Amino acid sequence: MVMTSAPVGASGSGIWEELVTTALLGTDRRALPDGVGGGPAPAALLDTAAVETVRRRAGLLPAPVAQRPRPASEDPRPALPAAAARRLAMLLADRSGTDRGGRRGPVHDLKGLLPQWLALANAHGYAPPPETLPALLDAARAHTDLRPAALAFAGPRARWLARLNPEWRFVLREAPAGGAGLPGPDDTDRIRQLWEEGLFGERVALLAALRDRRPAAARELLASGWTSERAEDRLLFLDVLRTRLGPDDEPFLEQALGDRSRNVRATAAQLLSALPGSALAARMAERAAACVAVDHTGGTPTLVVEAPHECDAGMQRDGVVPQAPSGRGERAWWLGQLLEAAPLSTWPGRLGGRTPQEIVALPVADDWQEELHAAWCRAAVRQKDARWARALLGAPESGGPGALSLAERSRLVETLDTDERAEWVAGFIAAHGLDEAFQLLEVCAVPWAAPLGRAVVDALEIARDAGSYPWSFSGVMGLADRCLDPAEADRLEKLVAVREVAQDAASARVEEHWAGEFQRLVTTLRVRSAMAEELRGG
Amino acid sequence: MTQQGVRWSADQVLALAPDAASRKAGSKLGTAGPWSETGSSNEGAVWGLCKGSGSTPYRTVADIGDAAGPAYSCTCPSRKIPCKHALGLLLLWSAGPDAVPEGTAPEWAERWLAGRRKRAAGRRAKAAGGSASADPEAARRRAERRAERITAGATELEQRLADLLRGGLAQAEQAGYGLWEEMAARMVDAQAPGLAARVRELGSVCSSGPGWPVRLLEECALLHLLDQGWLRREQLPEKLAATVHSRVGLPGSADGPAIRDHWLVLSQHDTVTSRLTTRRVWLYGTDTGRTALVLSYGAAGREPEQSLPVGLLMDAEVSAYPGAGQARVALGERFGPPAPTLCRPPGVTTAEAAARYGEALHEDPWLESVPVTLRAVVPVPDGDSWQLADADTDAALPLTPAARSRPGLWRLVALSGGRPVTVFGECGHRGFTPLTAWPQHEAPAVALC
Repeated sequence: MVMTSAPVGASGSGIWEELVTTALLGTDRRALPDGVGGGPAPAALLDTAAVETVRRRAGLLPAPVAQRPRPASEDPRPALPAAAARRLAMLLADRSGTDRGGRRGPVHDLKGLLPQWLALANAHGYAPPPETLPALLDAARAHTDLRPAALAFAGPRARWLARLNPEWRFVLREAPAGGAGLPGPDDTDRIRQLWEEGLFGERVALLAALRDRRPAAARELLASGWTSERAEDRLLFLDVLRTRLGPDDEPFLEQALGDRSRNVRATAAQLLSALPGSALAARMAERAAACVAVDHTGGTPTLVVEAPHECDAGMQRDGVVPQAPSGRGERAWWLGQLLEAAPLSTWPGRLGGRTPQEIVALPVADDWQEELHAAWCRAAVRQKDARWARALLGAPESGGPGALSLAERSRLVETLDTDERAEWVAGFIAAHGLDEAFQLLEVCAVPWAAPLGRAVVDALEIARDAGSYPWSFSGVMGLADRCLDPAEADRLEKLVAVREVAQDAASARVEEHWAGEFQRLVTTLRVRSAMAEELRGG
Repeated sequence: MTQQGVRWSADQVLALAPDAASRKAGSKLGTAGPWSETGSSNEGAVWGLCKGSGSTPYRTVADIGDAAGPAYSCTCPSRKIPCKHALGLLLLWSAGPDAVPEGTAPEWAERWLAGRRKRAAGRRAKAAGGSASADPEAARRRAERRAERITAGATELEQRLADLLRGGLAQAEQAGYGLWEEMAARMVDAQAPGLAARVRELGSVCSSGPGWPVRLLEECALLHLLDQGWLRREQLPEKLAATVHSRVGLPGSADGPAIRDHWLVLSQHDTVTSRLTTRRVWLYGTDTGRTALVLSYGAAGREPEQSLPVGLLMDAEVSAYPGAGQARVALGERFGPPAPTLCRPPGVTTAEAAARYGEALHEDPWLESVPVTLRAVVPVPDGDSWQLADADTDAALPLTPAARSRPGLWRLVALSGGRPVTVFGECGHRGFTPLTAWPQHEAPAVALC
């Protein structure tokens, strides 16, 4: 019995036990309990059992209450507007639904919208409807990339729930979003305690939160027990210093150059080289400058490169890896590392006062151009130097002077500021189409700026007119789903209609496909704009 | 209480969707983009043109005010009812008069609406004219023959139960499932589906884990009671005899007097077997205080057509099926479209809920559970199960084993956050099954199933 039975009297419950025993063994083997009526034994047993059953059920009482859970702390944030709550429920139902999308499925699925929705809702500072939390936590459990935003949105009740359901344990392991629950920057005692006693994840979260607000305090905390940390941990802690890296960090990093672990040394060197004023940067600048010079002997000034002949102990201490990967000459390998770590500001002075543009345009003797430019690309990325990035990228129409790889190009583009980035990528797409645009689009700010959005839509239209297959553009279409400004929907709408231009069945099918893809894109954009609208209307 | 022309919430619209895929497709169409010439009438008709991939837009019209339940028409080729266009249109309508203004139906929509109303009026006239079958004498003879077969079946079943008890229930455990399946098949042959279902149930009790002998004896005893009830039905009071009839599996007809009320849809949930989907909709009469059950069925794998979204209030007539303590009704005429409401049934304590079940057994000893609203309870973890504990006493109702494994449990726990909520559900001898919950402040119902 689930509920406690009513105490119907000892005889009542006693007779029931007797009945069960007799029934189990059979009336042929065991006599009926006293007081059970006449007639054939089985029927008499069932008669009495029926009465007892109904009596027991009718007499049921509630059970005593078990240990009540402590109520969840109140969520002070305002509730979601009703329409937005509905949207959330729909997006979540979608995620937990089956993934049978097939060819068209994943790219255009509403799924991609949940991260955006969460970011918007968090920006507005809304609290979730509590009954949606289970679905939200399930989604966050299945998709780790969703966790930070989902848990920030889920708020205190999610942590309360996670204590009751083992499937949601991960919530307790994750650092509370926005540093909630972590000691404040002034709470030195608690910081010290958590740092010394916390789990690794908690310590990283603590260090990162502190670094964000008090860079120096974070560094000092890290330095306090530095040598006793494990090598892997030292590496990850060191990584935290990337945030708000400054000249004050130099002594600590210099000291880390002598670390037992090679990876730690390399990371320290990398961080130091990103500080143009550091002693390491100066040493690297000196070494690198010795390798590159302008030669005026010919008709045109030309860059000549003299790669280092050895990788001495000083270079190694500064993070230069002596062992070249197989297939690469070791002198070129050392040169690349020196150029990458040397501050780019070294070069105009060293190379006759030329601007980055002029330097990049100089011819390079003896096939060193590729090596040299690639190293400068890495340096521009590491030092976040937009001037050099611009020079190395060249005009978007030209596609850059050097033979840039797709990855190099997108990382250089990333160093430009948001507007310039969008403009450059728009120019690139206008000139070269979408074939190589995916990685570039990925680094552009969302939603795409107007000129960029226009360039993408134009390029899609051109691709269709050229008879390309729509599925060759599924990657870009997928990005557009998430990143295109919903204001572009009106322009796209014109592309939706199937044009009667096809000469044969195959191209008619392609045409129809394009129309379908555009229709889906338009629909998604409309949903996105509705979504933003719903979250605004509180 | 029902206001004409009040728009449904999107959740309520989405509850009409026949499956998850439709829900998703419909929700994508619930934005203004593809729609034109939309409108709605006070009588519950909504229409519009939806641009698809073809050159001519689809003409979509929905009638949620129809006396027989929502109806839809769309020129799209989909066979789903409602199709995604109808769902999208209703979603758009739910967003307010900006998206779908009130107006007069265009000619194409009006034609369909008028046709439906005419047919509905015809049906009503026919119903009023009496449903006497062609040959009452033949019907009586058929009923007699069936009763004889059931009597033969019940007698045989009594014999089998006696054999079982003589040899002991321990034997039954060893005999396994086949024993019960065979016996159930005999009851199907005897045209007693109610008995057959109970016999099949016995088979699963044997393998239901610790405590099975107690449960098996209970079920055997109640089956015996039902057999005896049938065999002596002439001596029973009329209402109890009717209960026995329906428990044995004879179809009754909902010929009770029509009860008009403002019915609140408390819950809707489906139980699916390989053969049949059964949909249970609990209604609460806000004027009469009566709780009623509407059952509808769908063949294997198909959703029952009757869909009543939780939290709607409708002015309608129902009529009860015969039998003492029976909550089942048939939904009759509806007066105007259902509209969303924030009202909720008054609740009781856990002790009162348990007492209600006990009282209901007076009238129908075979009753598994009764519908109850608990006013202020907190979900409390209890080992690997859960309880619903009164906010201000030390009493709690355990959840039924089935309710423990449903995802709705976590929605309930999350909604509560350790504080009291109002919960509607079914309270029976195995515990409480929560179906719908409301937070303590005024807010829409949260469906838990």
